[in-house]
Amino acid sequence: MNDTLIIENERLEIQLLLEAIYLKYGHDFRSYAFTHTKRRLEHRRSIEGFKNFSEMQHRVIYDEAFFNSLLLDLSINVTEMFRDPWFYKRIRDVVLPHLKTYPYAKVWHAGCSAGQEVYSMCILLEEEGMDDRVQVYATDFNELILQKAKDGIYPMDLVRDYTANYQKAGGLRSFSDYYSADYDNVIMKRSLKDHVLFSSHNLVTDGVFGEMNVIFCRNVLIYFNKELQNRVLQLFWDSLCPGGFLCLGSKESLRFSSVADKFDVVSEREKIYRKKRSPSTL
Amino acid sequence: MKKYEAVVIGVSAGGLAALDAILPTLDASFMMPVLVVQHLSPDMESYLPLHLNMRCALHAKEAEDKESLRPGTIYVAPPNYHLMVEEDKTMALSAQARVNFSRPSVDVLFETAAEVFCDRLVGVVLTGANSDGAAGLAKIKQFGGLTIVQDPATAEVDAMPKAALKSTAVDYVLPLDCIGPFLQTLARQGLHESSPGE
Ligand SMILES: C[S@@+](CC[C@H](N)C(=O)[O-])C[C@H]1O[C@@H](n2cnc3c(N)ncnc32)[C@H](O)[C@@H]1O
Repeated sequence: MNDTLIIENERLEIQLLLEAIYLKYGHDFRSYAFTHTKRRLEHRRSIEGFKNFSEMQHRVIYDEAFFNSLLLDLSINVTEMFRDPWFYKRIRDVVLPHLKTYPYAKVWHAGCSAGQEVYSMCILLEEEGMDDRVQVYATDFNELILQKAKDGIYPMDLVRDYTANYQKAGGLRSFSDYYSADYDNVIMKRSLKDHVLFSSHNLVTDGVFGEMNVIFCRNVLIYFNKELQNRVLQLFWDSLCPGGFLCLGSKESLRFSSVADKFDVVSEREKIYRKKRSPSTL
Repeated sequence: MKKYEAVVIGVSAGGLAALDAILPTLDASFMMPVLVVQHLSPDMESYLPLHLNMRCALHAKEAEDKESLRPGTIYVAPPNYHLMVEEDKTMALSAQARVNFSRPSVDVLFETAAEVFCDRLVGVVLTGANSDGAAGLAKIKQFGGLTIVQDPATAEVDAMPKAALKSTAVDYVLPLDCIGPFLQTLARQGLHESSPGE
């Protein structure tokens, strides 16, 4: 068999495996970035010693525990407080002044992982005296990780990095004002989440989240294929009020997407975009 | 003669000087995309695209997620992300775990590019202090691509070329200053080819 044929067949096997996962467990990875997904599955295949992906498909249908380990393989949850500090500086300097002109604003963190991004934003809002006027929605499709976000408890050994990021992001106080420490962990100050609603939301299968002023969706789209990216970006467009802001991860961009001309670029390096007020086409 | 469609280069310690010896020698008629993974410290902003852009006839830029590969362009993997090639000849980035203690990893680029370009890929392993790239180069060879390793005697650090030579029966072992001209010759062959047949 020649190489191209092997690759084609393997692709077919992987598609069937993802289809089986979807049909059996309802988790839809069919439109995730293919090469990334394939490498993650390949990793599991070689650990478990399956001859091919069809064997893996059989196993995943009959063995829920195996499915759960695949689920972990396929999700990337890496995150941190004030990730890309210069991004948060920009949020404070450019986005928050706009938000201040509204009596009441809504912010959505889509794919919030364990919540660090959410607490970072809440800290900014508190420092700018806006926390009472902003409702924050924090969503993820992974219930386990969402529970961690609600708890707001993080390992002590990460706090050094978080503190450094907070300072680089232009923090006005001491980062330790925002948590209390026990032996191995820090617990984020309760009042930070007074205006946060945590809920489960799947960007692939769930719908619009209405009339947001700001949407954060950072380091999530990078794991989707182009078609799904475009679909989700359209969902964000539909969920934003006119003039609302969309914030992507530092290696994500609207440039190669189908919604590029429906947004203005606010800040290229920070990947901050703004929904145009009167789009030329819908 | 065969027509090649893309070049992938892996380099680590001593990489800047090695890339400077190769990429500026390619002239504007070079019609293949060149994808480069260089190991860098993760929190360093990449200055490499800027640096290369000033010296090269080809356009050099940081690789972006979902960006299509264009001929005559040098794409550099951003620090702290793996660079991959997708079936539709776009690039993809990912922050998945390190491979060979590296992110970006040469193996990740080489393996994914090999599956897309098969025998139309040229893989080059240069100076470096680890063995990243060895498995990837073997895969390029397995898929019929052309494999080149910098002669370890001309490498600032010879571990990476040596590891590649050990994993793969490579096609060419070339001194550093011959690699650029050799790539240029390969590109010209492609250019004068009337049909893309074997
Ligand atoms: C790498 S984390 C990014 C966390 C945070 N936004 C940041 O930038 O640090 C990606 C998150 O996206 C979530 N995610 C992936 N696919 C999703 C989907 N279809 N719907 C909702 N969340 C998803 C994952 O569960 C994970 O928590």
